[in-house]
Amino acid sequence: MTGLSFDLIALQLFAGLALGAIYVLFAIGLSLIFGMLTVVNFAHGAFYMVGAYVGLYVLMLGGNFWVCLIAVPLVVGLFGMVVERFLIRPLYGRGIDYPLLLTFGLSYVMVELVRIAFGKSGYPFDTPEILQGAVDIGVGYFPLYRLFVIGATAVVLLALWLFLEKTSFGLIIRAGARDPQIVRVLGVNVAQVWLIVFGIGTAIAGFAGLLAAPLQGVIPEMGGTILAEAFVVTVVGGMGSIGGAVLAGLLVGVVVSMTSLFAPEMAKVSIFALMAVVLIVRPQGFFGRAGLMS
Amino acid sequence: MQSSTNEVIQPLPRAQASPVGWFELAKLHRASLASLVVLVFPLVMPFTALAANILIYGLFALGFNLVYGYLGLLSFGHAALFGTGAYFCGIAIVHLGLPWYAAIALGVVGGLLMAAVIGVLAIRTRGIYFAMVTMALSQCVYYLFYEAVDWTGGENGLRGINIHQISVFGLKLDFINPLTRYYVIAAFVIAAFFVLSRILASPFGAVIEAVRENEARARASGYDVTTTRLITFVLSGGFCGLAGALQALHLSIVPIEILHYDTSGIVVMIALLGGMGTFFGPMIGAAAFLMLENLVSTWTVHWQLIVGAVFMICVLFFPAGIWGTLIKRIKP
Repeated sequence: MTGLSFDLIALQLFAGLALGAIYVLFAIGLSLIFGMLTVVNFAHGAFYMVGAYVGLYVLMLGGNFWVCLIAVPLVVGLFGMVVERFLIRPLYGRGIDYPLLLTFGLSYVMVELVRIAFGKSGYPFDTPEILQGAVDIGVGYFPLYRLFVIGATAVVLLALWLFLEKTSFGLIIRAGARDPQIVRVLGVNVAQVWLIVFGIGTAIAGFAGLLAAPLQGVIPEMGGTILAEAFVVTVVGGMGSIGGAVLAGLLVGVVVSMTSLFAPEMAKVSIFALMAVVLIVRPQGFFGRAGLMS
Repeated sequence: MQSSTNEVIQPLPRAQASPVGWFELAKLHRASLASLVVLVFPLVMPFTALAANILIYGLFALGFNLVYGYLGLLSFGHAALFGTGAYFCGIAIVHLGLPWYAAIALGVVGGLLMAAVIGVLAIRTRGIYFAMVTMALSQCVYYLFYEAVDWTGGENGLRGINIHQISVFGLKLDFINPLTRYYVIAAFVIAAFFVLSRILASPFGAVIEAVRENEARARASGYDVTTTRLITFVLSGGFCGLAGALQALHLSIVPIEILHYDTSGIVVMIALLGGMGTFFGPMIGAAAFLMLENLVSTWTVHWQLIVGAVFMICVLFFPAGIWGTLIKRIKP
């Protein structure tokens, strides 16, 4: 096995973590929305794609990448709140499948609207200049931008954790995930909390799309593939569990990048094999579906 | 107080088996009625190729409806069952040189097998997980067929499924003629109507609906919920596999897109548009969906926008679908 040195494997492991970071961001938004609203957001991939396109548009207007990092979650999150308020809210209490079906239809509309606005073909998305190049991380040179993706994900996770664990609003969210009826009885406007949670979840999806854009370019269909892969992450991690989403997201990223090193043609199939194993051994996933942060 | 211990408990009078109103009569003969509509359909529908497409997607939706409408499980992975049926049928003709009827049989077997594999894994999960797991597994099937280039043609699709003539009991039929082709497909679809109607009318069919209505009560009544779900999913795979096999013969090519997530989405839309859990809904949904798609795509390439919007309106305002809404009105 010449050429497969320890360093190469270690580098590939880091590449897997960077890829996994995108999965983590995508999946925690999905999990947060499900844990709170019991809505499986099939348009999550579309929000991710819109995030990348909003970033592209900001760059076209002359903004830079740092402006994008602020603008994209704001715009996508606001859009998500509009969707929750006017399209998903009428469906609460009508069965768990209806919001899912609605968001599925919505994803078609969103993808097609982006095709009308930006065209069917994709765009390259330049890596910001300061983040170009590679740095020595001890085992070899690693692209700086991927390191930035891992760092940015860590910051978002930390902020989310602090928000959910240390603020009173976070307490309401966690309580609402356990028992929305009791929270409502205690005088909390649950509808408003759900609106904000949906906004946060979609904002994170848009942010993930922006982070992924320099790695893979921007096309209208970019949300479809990651949605199926994110479902693998949520099944492996346990739906509604943020800790599970983080662990499983990183694991899926590493599995993809390792199989593409050893058996490239199996890279896409490997994560589904992982899911099959988890379903047989532990159908509820690593962290089950107890509460939001438990 | 009279003692009744030695009294023989009389069985209840047998439930009236004969239908009373026209509605019950129609319900009893639903398969025959549906067959009749299918037989007359090309006479009122000018585009025979589209009519054949409607039949095939209607059959696909019929199989999907068995799982979603009757069993109550939302699957987002039915493309895998449909696509496997199509590929098995195509491979039987192109690589194995089998006759057309054997190819169709192999397509059905493909659908059943794939449904068994996906079913065993997906049934382990409950509720909303089911949609996610079936979608992910069908994506896996997509990649597997994509990579098996020698058998499936990979990205280019499986080409060369050319059936020009088929012979049925010595009768030679011209499969190139669109109308003949329609009626050959229709024969299989009609057979499927009768099989499905029989399944639904059987005691097992009642158990399927019992599981949908109240899982806990069905389990308490002694029915094995997990096995019921698995068997229903596999049966659905048989119908979808048949639809896929017919699609392969109809198109004479199996494109890789047949396994794409969009195909799973289309059948969900068709079933909901027509009316889930109704016998006629899937066919009506297929007709409405494909005609809408055909109509819209003549004046804009962005037909997905219209289709998506129509679907959202359906979910928000007409969740019972076309046939479901209609049947509520006309039911005496």
